[in-house]
Parts: sequence; C-alpha cells; structure tokens
Amino acid sequence: MNLAMDTKEFYFTYAGAEAPTLKGIDMPIYANKVTALIGPSGCGKSTLLRSWNRIHDVYPGNKYEGEILLYHENGNEENILDYSKEDELIRLRQRVGMIFQKPTPFPMSIYDNIAYGLRLAGIKNRSELDGRVEQALKGSAIWNEVKDRLKQSAMGLSGGQQQRLCIARAVALKPQVLLFDEPTSALDPISTGAIEELVTELKEEVTVAIVTHNMQQASRVSDYTAFMYLGDLIEFDKTEKIFVNPKEKLTEEYITGRFG
Amino acid sequence: MNATQRRRLLLNRLILILSTAAAVIGLAFLFWILTTLLIKGIDSIHWRIFTHDLVEKGLRNLIVGQMVLAGVASLIGVPLGLLAGIYLREYGVNSAFARFIRNLSDVMMSAPSIVIGVFIYGILVAPVGGFNGWAGSVALAIMMIPIVVSTTDSMLSLVPQELREAGIALGASKAQVILSIVLKAAKIGLVTGILLAFARVVGETAPLLFTSANNDYFTLNMDQQFPSLTVSIYQLATFPDKPSQNLAWAGSVILTALVLLINLTTRYIFRKRKIK
Repeated sequence: MNLAMDTKEFYFTYAGAEAPTLKGIDMPIYANKVTALIGPSGCGKSTLLRSWNRIHDVYPGNKYEGEILLYHENGNEENILDYSKEDELIRLRQRVGMIFQKPTPFPMSIYDNIAYGLRLAGIKNRSELDGRVEQALKGSAIWNEVKDRLKQSAMGLSGGQQQRLCIARAVALKPQVLLFDEPTSALDPISTGAIEELVTELKEEVTVAIVTHNMQQASRVSDYTAFMYLGDLIEFDKTEKIFVNPKEKLTEEYITGRFG
Repeated sequence: MNATQRRRLLLNRLILILSTAAAVIGLAFLFWILTTLLIKGIDSIHWRIFTHDLVEKGLRNLIVGQMVLAGVASLIGVPLGLLAGIYLREYGVNSAFARFIRNLSDVMMSAPSIVIGVFIYGILVAPVGGFNGWAGSVALAIMMIPIVVSTTDSMLSLVPQELREAGIALGASKAQVILSIVLKAAKIGLVTGILLAFARVVGETAPLLFTSANNDYFTLNMDQQFPSLTVSIYQLATFPDKPSQNLAWAGSVILTALVLLINLTTRYIFRKRKIK
C-alpha cells in the first residue's frame, strides 16, 4: 500500500509550554484512504492534524521535533519539518489542504472563493479558471445549488453549503492530502451526511485525514483509525479492527463510551 | 412583605428614579443646545451665505476650508492609522512593543487638542515664519491617528482567526491574507472608524487657532493662512456687532448639522451590516 505521509518520532510543543503536547507520534497515512483521528478532548488529535500542513506556523514560537514525510507521486519523499522559507510552506499548503471546524467562506463571491487559491497558484487565464471552478464545485457536490449565483456573496449560503464550498475551494488546488478538522461539528445532521458522503467520494482523488469527536462518523467514513490519548498515539489500525477488536484496553474503553 | 423586601423595593425605586433623572438631565442639555442653535441660527441662514465669502459676510470659503483641512488631515492620518492598526493586530499582537504602542496611542487620544496645536506651532509654523494650512491639517491628522489606530485594532480583532488560517491553508502569504481577506472582512468597521475620526476632527478649533489660523478670503493654497469655520465662529462670536454674531450662529448650525450627518451615516452603515 502506498504511503501519502509518514510521521516518525514526532514531538510538538506549543509556544511557552514546558511539556510537549505530542509525545513521539509514529503513524502512517496511506494514499487514497481516509484516516480518522479520534480521542477525548485535549488528546492532541487536532494538534497533530494541524502539524501536517504546518498551519501552527501562523503563530510564532511553536516547536516541532522528529520527522513528517510527505511523499511525491514519483515515490520521493521530503521531510516537511525541514521547510523554513515562506514559499516552501506555501507549496506545502497547496499540496496539503485543510478544512476547518467552522465554515470559513471569504467575504467575496462564490466564484472568487474558489478562484482565490487558483489565482495565488498563478492561474490567471479566464477560461482555465472557469473550468477549474466548475470542476471543483461539481466535485464537491454543490454545483447544482450555486451554478446560477456564482457572482453572489458566499456569505449568503447555508452553513452546510458554506462547508462544501470550503471543501471545493481546497479541492480546486488538486491537493494530494486534505486535512479535515472536525468538519461537521457545527452542522445539522443532513449537512453532515452530505459532507460524509463527499469525504468518501473524495478519496478517489486525494488522501484524507479527519479529526472527529463523533465515533459513528469515524466508523462510517474512515479506512484507518488512530486513537490518541494525552498526547500519545495509543493504537493505529484498520477502522474495522479498532472498532470491533481493539488491541488496547484504553481504546476499547473509549470506543464503548466508558470514558471520554 | 417583610422589612428586607420593602427595603429592596425602595432601593430599586430610588436607583430607578436617580438614573432616569440623570438621563433626562443629560438629554435635556443636548436638546437645549440644539434648539438654541436652531432658534438663533435658522434666521441667519440664507442662500447668500453659501455663495459669499467671509469678507462679504458669507461662510462659503469657511465651509470649504474646514472640509479641505479635515480632508487633507484624513489623507495623512487615515493611512498612517490604518497601517499602525494593522501592525498592532496582525504582526505585533501582544508583544511588548505592540502593547507599548497601543497604550501610547490611547494616551494620545486624550491629549489636549490645544497642546497638539502648540506642538505643531513649534515645528510647522514658527520655523516657516507664518500660519499655514498644512500645519492645521497635520494638527488634525495627529488627532485622527489614535482614533483610527484604535478602531482598526479592535475591528481587525473581530475577524475570526479561522479566516486567516483558511487563507494560509490555501497557499496565501500573510500579507496576501491581510490585504485580500482580513481587510475585506473588516471593511465596514474600518470605514465606520474613519468616518467617526473625520467627524471628530472636523469640528475642532483649538488645534487650528495658531496653526492654520483663519482667512477672510477664498483660498485653496495651503501655504497661506487657511479659512476655517470653527475658528471663524470663535472670532465672530466675540465681535460686538449683531450681524457678525448672527453669522457665528449660522456657522454653528451648519457645523452641527454636518457632524450630525456624518454620525448618522456611520450608524446607518453599521446597522445595515448587522441586519445582513
């Protein structure tokens, strides 16, 4: 099975903190699979996810140690923790996209929301932009709802539509990996269903990692599941294995709702 | 009803009466000012004061002059204030330097305007040998900067952090995120702050008294003494003759109407956003 990313002996310490929040994480992310991160609040799952595209760098003073390898299509790998220049980080984020907990549409039209990242990536040609925008919106199952109002403000969409727009915006860049940070916790059940379906479809094209508080969601959408607790990776395995027959007692207790 | 309950009710009524009275007194003064202004000033407002200059007992050059002074002040003060506000919220955040600048700006906001006038006199009037429009505008700009800094700082702090992260996550640089996302999201708040700062300085007298002083004639040359409505009101009001005093009343009505209009516009813009 092909690797998309590989995290090795990874420690993360927040600015000003004395002890690391993540303590020696080792886990692979397989290409074109959905990997779920579960665990109680404060276990470090979001911190880990946010390390994979170095979004932590928005705030100064955080410390990364260890290795996070990102694999190219040709099998070559790079340690993303070696990146230091801004253009290296920009290229990393074009390859590893991110969807946030709350929908984050930009205060501009639906079209411009999708075109934003494409323009930054240097695509200026009008017809190419049009094509990529349409393709991204179709790929995110929102084209039919917005095709007649592409020039209208994205702020007028419902929460679920906004979240799918944000997914389309990330998909438009044709990333290798998409990171979802609790993407449905602010949405109603119907919108949640639409997003989950979308996540499962997306893995044809990209590798997905998703942080979720909802265990049913993890079991529905993911192929692999990582259970984290207090900054440690307790268990990583096929989702089926984790939910049906976990090796660790702690995992079993969490899955069955005995703590968390 | 026992004694404790009675005492509570009594106290409640007392506080209610006191606070209502305070509100009524405050508002009464405001209405008193407005009605006095209108009664004394409305008779003196004719079309001719808008078409003639002070030298011919009109206010045209003064109204234009006041707007030019405040306009040029905005051209200097708004960009500086915006940039400083952006620095504080997007780059400095809570660093010691940013905290120092933020406190300094707050202190500047309450600096006596006459002191700012004296300071500008020392650096832009005395050395060049005479009152001039530029000095007046710079004095007003100094009053504007802390207001714009503080509204920019607080309006940018209302932009959700997730929006910045979302921009970064799409491969934007920090500067691109600020320019194309953060400023756009905060646009209405920023415009409101600028309008309020303009309304605040357009009615100032003290910073202009010995910087741009006044001019009876129409001029747009800022190297000269510059016509000012507020300074004229101050001077006309002290003249012994009735026509001059009436002109001062008319000027006061126009100035008040202008400031009121800007404030109402600001409120309107801000409310429209909230509804949306």
